[in-house]
Amino acid sequence: MVNDMDDTVNTSVGLAPGTADLDIDLDAMIAPTGDEADDANPVLIDVEDLNVYYGDFHAVKDVTLPVRQNEITALIGPSGCGKSTVLRCFNRMNDLIETARVEGKVEYHGIDLYSKKVDPVEVRRHIGMVFQKPNPFPKSIYDNISFGPKIAGYKDNMDDLVEETLHRAALWEEVKDKLNESAYALSGGQQQRLCIARAIATSPDVLLMDEPASALDPIATLRIEELMYELKEDYSIVIVTHNMQQAARVSDRTAFFSIELGEGGQRTGRLVEFDHTTTIFTNPHEQETEDYITGRFG
Amino acid sequence: MASRTSATQRATRDAVRASLEGRRTEPGAVVFKILLLVMLLSSLLILVVLLADILAGAWPTLRDRGLGFITSGLSLNPETAGVWTGIIGSLVIAFLVILLAIPIGIGAAVYLEEYAPDNRLTSWIDTAVRNLAGVPSIVFGLLGLTMFVALVNGIGLGGSTEGKNVIAAGITMAALVLPIVIITSAEAIRAVPATIREAGYGVGATKWEVIRSHVLPSAFPGILTGTVLTLARAFGETAPLLVIGVATGFFSASADATLIDNLTGPYTALPVIVFSWSRQTDPAFAATLAPAAITVLLAVLFVLNGVAIYFRNRFEKRW
Repeated sequence: MVNDMDDTVNTSVGLAPGTADLDIDLDAMIAPTGDEADDANPVLIDVEDLNVYYGDFHAVKDVTLPVRQNEITALIGPSGCGKSTVLRCFNRMNDLIETARVEGKVEYHGIDLYSKKVDPVEVRRHIGMVFQKPNPFPKSIYDNISFGPKIAGYKDNMDDLVEETLHRAALWEEVKDKLNESAYALSGGQQQRLCIARAIATSPDVLLMDEPASALDPIATLRIEELMYELKEDYSIVIVTHNMQQAARVSDRTAFFSIELGEGGQRTGRLVEFDHTTTIFTNPHEQETEDYITGRFG
Repeated sequence: MASRTSATQRATRDAVRASLEGRRTEPGAVVFKILLLVMLLSSLLILVVLLADILAGAWPTLRDRGLGFITSGLSLNPETAGVWTGIIGSLVIAFLVILLAIPIGIGAAVYLEEYAPDNRLTSWIDTAVRNLAGVPSIVFGLLGLTMFVALVNGIGLGGSTEGKNVIAAGITMAALVLPIVIITSAEAIRAVPATIREAGYGVGATKWEVIRSHVLPSAFPGILTGTVLTLARAFGETAPLLVIGVATGFFSASADATLIDNLTGPYTALPVIVFSWSRQTDPAFAATLAPAAITVLLAVLFVLNGVAIYFRNRFEKRW
């Protein structure tokens, strides 16, 4: 495990983005590094002192995390550390939980997402989401893609948009002859790529992915990772993952979350360390991070 | 060495075989199984005897008069009496139930499941609706008598019956089945996976768009099944109608009666016909005509249940 990780990261050092064949080569998908180079990417979602509560339960504490444009930011950590909760703050999905309360700053392009003037529905059109379990609508493949643009008032040729979106999600060749068939006829991996296509159909500029490959086999996972790597040309991606190799392979920056035991045994999630992925996996500043990524956690 | 190993293996194998093949007979289990079977058969037996008795009674009438029995109206003469008036009455009641109970019930269910805040009031309403579904139907009859009869009179549809007509009966029946429509629809809505809702919100749909485009279509088969079964219930209920002055004897509308005259005049329904015929002094009514009317009623209910099952299988969504 430890060696695996070191190998992966070592081979990645010095790779410039986009220079390798993206189709199969795993190494090519490993994050580009160089602490100096990509700091140029501007911050897109700026999170400062974020605290999330579910009723009396303090779920996440004091998270400060800048998400940069055209980068893949990975959130890793043990179960229950609040990484999905943080992710769901970015497109106000936590609003769907009645007892949830969000405090702190979440700014998107410098605009406070939790301002009273902001409509969460509009936020979700700018910041798309892909869920853990593939969850296509129980409708045709075509309708899955066209639903988002339709409700957003898209007026141009829908057929073209559906085709273009499926091309971008690398799914067109597989589904072009069965656009009117049920999305449930697709395999799990295809369904998840359909969900990614559905998310990008409304042209968001951020994609949130909540463990998008955890229900998929390794080959389908690889295809999702390849797709993410291609998509980051046009989108900024935040991914929650349980799979540390996945974080190491695809992300530019990694945030490591952990659980802090509070009064009365409350388990509050907290951000331990946020840095370039290479730094997190080769030379973390915090002992806790090192213990986790080397498998000595707990 | 080798032989000793195989001796050990053989001993192990024998021991394993003994433990695998040792089937124990449990007298308790056998007795229990037979007891359960007897219970099943006795409940089936009651049903079969009941059906056989009714069909045997109904057969001469249905054989001799055929469709004539269905298309004839009420009569004091057993030779010419038929169930047509009752079928019309029941259909009008069913129509009013569809018109009133189903939209109101589905609307209430959508509000309860999707919009109502998760607080004590909501859970109290939820419990109240469930209890309402268990209230004896005669109580709804009294409600109809005191409220809906007056309401029908108030809006000028009282007619010759002063409000005790099929319109009041239909409204009462709608109130009777309303809690059941709400419960079955709410359950169908609740069964729509949260992942479908999340997917809708995730692409920037509003709550209304998620409900309209995803929740209701997914819940549709369940709602439909529930409402068709509800309709069957409304078809079979007798007690509330007796309270709201359903005609239990002979009546006939005059030939030049208008639709309004018919709707506001005396009425009857299929199960009420069964009830009144079984109390007639002429024994022919109880012996042959009542079973024939029951057969017609059962046939209608059978068709309605069949429709419900067909729709459930046809539209059932799998995820």
